[in-house]
Amino acid sequence: MSLVSIRDVRKSFGDLEVLKGVSLEVKKGDVVAIIGRSGSGKSTLLRCINGLETYQAGAILADGIEVGGLQTNMRELRRHVGMVFQQFNLFPHLTAAGNVMLAPTVVNKVSKKEARELAAEMLAKVGLSDKIDSYPSQLSGGQQQRVAIARALAMRPKVLLCDEITSALDPELVNEVLRVVEQLARDGMTLILVTHEMRFARDVGTHLVFMHHGKVHESGAPKEVFAAPQTPELQQFVSGIG
Amino acid sequence: MSDFSFWIILKNLLWATQWTVVLSLIAFVSGGIVALVLLFMRTSQIGVLAWPTRIYIELFQGTPLLMQLFMFFFGAALFGIEVSPWIAAWLALMFWTSAFLTEIWRGCVEAIPRGQWEASDSLGLSYIEQMRYVILPQATRIAIAPTVGFSVQVIKGTALASIIGFVELTNATFRPFLVYSLVAAIYFCLCFPLSWCAKRLEGRLNVAR
Repeated sequence: MSLVSIRDVRKSFGDLEVLKGVSLEVKKGDVVAIIGRSGSGKSTLLRCINGLETYQAGAILADGIEVGGLQTNMRELRRHVGMVFQQFNLFPHLTAAGNVMLAPTVVNKVSKKEARELAAEMLAKVGLSDKIDSYPSQLSGGQQQRVAIARALAMRPKVLLCDEITSALDPELVNEVLRVVEQLARDGMTLILVTHEMRFARDVGTHLVFMHHGKVHESGAPKEVFAAPQTPELQQFVSGIG
Repeated sequence: MSDFSFWIILKNLLWATQWTVVLSLIAFVSGGIVALVLLFMRTSQIGVLAWPTRIYIELFQGTPLLMQLFMFFFGAALFGIEVSPWIAAWLALMFWTSAFLTEIWRGCVEAIPRGQWEASDSLGLSYIEQMRYVILPQATRIAIAPTVGFSVQVIKGTALASIIGFVELTNATFRPFLVYSLVAAIYFCLCFPLSWCAKRLEGRLNVAR
């Protein structure tokens, strides 16, 4: 059974239909890279998976939970679906450890002491053991994004959504974040990434999804799709990036 | 007028000042508590909670404080309820204060970037938990200066309580020109440090991030 199942999802902002019937199956351990032009609906699709956006038709199941249903326990859903954002969105009044500890203590009712150990473990995982007591404003963009990843991982999600997580970073900081994500992929974490890093999508992804005008335009194994794009839109998109 | 009566008047006024301070404090603190509850209702996405709050705020912001004092004092009497000037002044000032503080604080809550809500949403925090652990700690910083600034309005608002016979600063003695000059001076002494404080806090917090 798929871990995330997206079936014919449609979404409009007012008169503008941004998702025009998207279907996608993600199995455990998959690393799905979603690419496409801005405005193609890729970020919206990602935000629908954890209920940050609502959709009007179709269905999304994440770990067996129907997203956006009237009876859906969103808290339960979000314990299983983590998310990392383009703008990091760290809590500026809390230290790195405080950011990571918040949800485990508040949502999962883990004791402060255990949460602190968990935070140390997660921050070690993203290579920031020495920054455990630093505030976000004292960290570089790359470090902040790694704390954001640690924060999401602390809830032990079954799937992690990454929404253009390197787009707000200076070029020299992109790699330290990508390396962390690559390690997660190697550890078997299920990932759905919206990304502009084509080389990363090709090398780390197990599936590639090219979105165009609110639909999945082309998809398949990354290496094959990049080597021989079938549609003129993807050919243009790939060559345009160079 | 003799020096003697001047000192008597001043002494009486200073004695009456305590009631101004007490009424201001009680109104401000109780109004703040009501405002905090209203703030949660007003900023929730739940219509049945947010709408009554909006109406409440419009009502108390959109009518003069003097009318509200009359309503609580004379209005209650119409329904056969005996309300002491103390209670009437307190209630009117409390409701009036809460309406303004709710709006001031709502502005501070809405100044927190949307990403903070989305990040805490994604981590599974409920609305109350988001407010408690993520939004309010940040909003408090920006709320301090305007809140202190507004406390000046509450203090000045107590002057109106004299109309319903509440014995505070404006109503303690009967020599209009001298009394009201002194009253103004005493109110100024109460309010100026607060205004000054609010200005300084504003400057400092603006620098700090």
